[in-house]
Amino acid sequence: MLKDITLGQYVPGDSVLHRLDPRTKILLMIAYIVAVFLVKRVEVFFVVILFTVGVTLLSRMKLSYLVKALKPMKLLLPLMFLMNLFLIKTGRLVFEWWIFKIYTDGVKNAVFIVLRLATLVAGTSLLTLTTTPIALTDGLEKLLTPLKIIKFPAHELAMMITIALRFIPTLIEEADKIMKAQLARGADFESGNVLKRAKALVPVLIPLFVNSFRRADELAMAMESRCYHGGDGRTKMRVYAFKLIDLYAVIAVALLIAAVVLLNRFLPTFLP
Amino acid sequence: MPIIIEKLTHTYMPNTISRHIAVDSVDLTINEGEFFGIIGHTGSGKSTLIQHLNGLIQPTSGRVIVDGYDMSDKKQRVKGRALVGMVFQYPDYQLFDSTVLDDVAFGPKNMGLSVEEAKTRAEEAMRTVGLDPEQFAEKSPFELSGGEKRRAALAGIIAMRPKYLVLDEPMAGLDPSGRRGVLETISALRKELGCTVIMVSHSMEDVARSAERIAVMNDSKLYMTGTPDEIFSKTKELIELGLDAPQTARLAQLLRERGVPVPEDIYTNERFTEWFRGRMSNA
Repeated sequence: MLKDITLGQYVPGDSVLHRLDPRTKILLMIAYIVAVFLVKRVEVFFVVILFTVGVTLLSRMKLSYLVKALKPMKLLLPLMFLMNLFLIKTGRLVFEWWIFKIYTDGVKNAVFIVLRLATLVAGTSLLTLTTTPIALTDGLEKLLTPLKIIKFPAHELAMMITIALRFIPTLIEEADKIMKAQLARGADFESGNVLKRAKALVPVLIPLFVNSFRRADELAMAMESRCYHGGDGRTKMRVYAFKLIDLYAVIAVALLIAAVVLLNRFLPTFLP
Repeated sequence: MPIIIEKLTHTYMPNTISRHIAVDSVDLTINEGEFFGIIGHTGSGKSTLIQHLNGLIQPTSGRVIVDGYDMSDKKQRVKGRALVGMVFQYPDYQLFDSTVLDDVAFGPKNMGLSVEEAKTRAEEAMRTVGLDPEQFAEKSPFELSGGEKRRAALAGIIAMRPKYLVLDEPMAGLDPSGRRGVLETISALRKELGCTVIMVSHSMEDVARSAERIAVMNDSKLYMTGTPDEIFSKTKELIELGLDAPQTARLAQLLRERGVPVPEDIYTNERFTEWFRGRMSNA
């Protein structure tokens, strides 16, 4: 039933991308998003796509993972495309049938928006594909540490994310067991309207919540008995250091941004 | 009519790297009225096996037939499921309602009984498992102790009056007096209601004491079936499988290895004491 859900999309490996410092990866992902948003002309997306595909190959990840990352957008992308295609009414009229009119600007915008969203999602998915959730929260904690000056709980936030991620599979397994126990008592989760089905979930949700609270209590106790007292003075098992490959990665993304900015300005137009 | 399990195979996550065959072509017949024990170490597939008995999971191949109802068929499964009551290992997985009485009445209500009738049945079931309705009916199930929770969960199934009662590790995590209490309740139930009991356990003592027939699961496969006499006379084999034998059987085995001729059918405290007394008076 619920057991077949796989969580997290991390794909183990030993590529350059896997070995990058998680902090570098998080920051470069932000830089990549900036690069995507800097693109002003459809043609310039060629560079971004080239970069994304290149990085994917470098991570020794199959290109099909990029397509998989786009799967949740299989409704949004076509919708955005069609809306832009038919609703923009500037430029030259290129197609007309019944009430549908397509203008050149509509076509350009539709392609532009779809490319922007697709590169954004596919590119950023590389971060979660090549970084373990633990490394990711570790990196996030380090990056947020300077904010401690304004009393931002960086360590606590990272710990919360780590614990939440850790317990997702446990909760799924438990929900599965509870559902079976209630099914055995004749509970019916599959028939009736939405309201009835929502009501049928009460016997599953209550034990799930009760057990979660109990577990949280036990976990807190176990952490305290091992002298956990928050982030102050706590050292890390994995110490991340800025290495040469991190520098190369920064240069690569800097080059991407430079290329985007320059091409925006100087690439001769060959589109109508 | 019996429960017939034919060439049952169950594979978790088929067609993936992490595919795992939990039950591998098991053939088994459980007769009406029996006290049937299933033993095996953790991960031997016993829990997966019994979840097929009321159609909670479907076989990858093979069939389970309960009183003539094929549990792979959606319509027949509903009828078959009504015959098989399944008590899970942890009562925390099923107790949810605001009072014990309402919780126990959840099953009967789902069977389509009227609220009144469901409550009557619930009270009856609570009495059967030794929870006095006067005292416990209006309590919250979350206030109960471990043993009481277990009884409440058991009552929730008994109230549905199943013909077959399947128990998954019913004594796990209970103290000795709690274990004895639950085991006594189960035996009493059997006498009172005449239902068939199928009990999964890795406590050999409990199985040795109450089961009439035992199946041993090992590595997803059915290793052997037989009466307790047949099974526990093979103490050595059981230990080699990484299973425990009852303590008395282990003691008898150790004595045998040291040249004391302890008969093979001695594996409960009572029989051992009897044999030992006899030996002492002969000497």
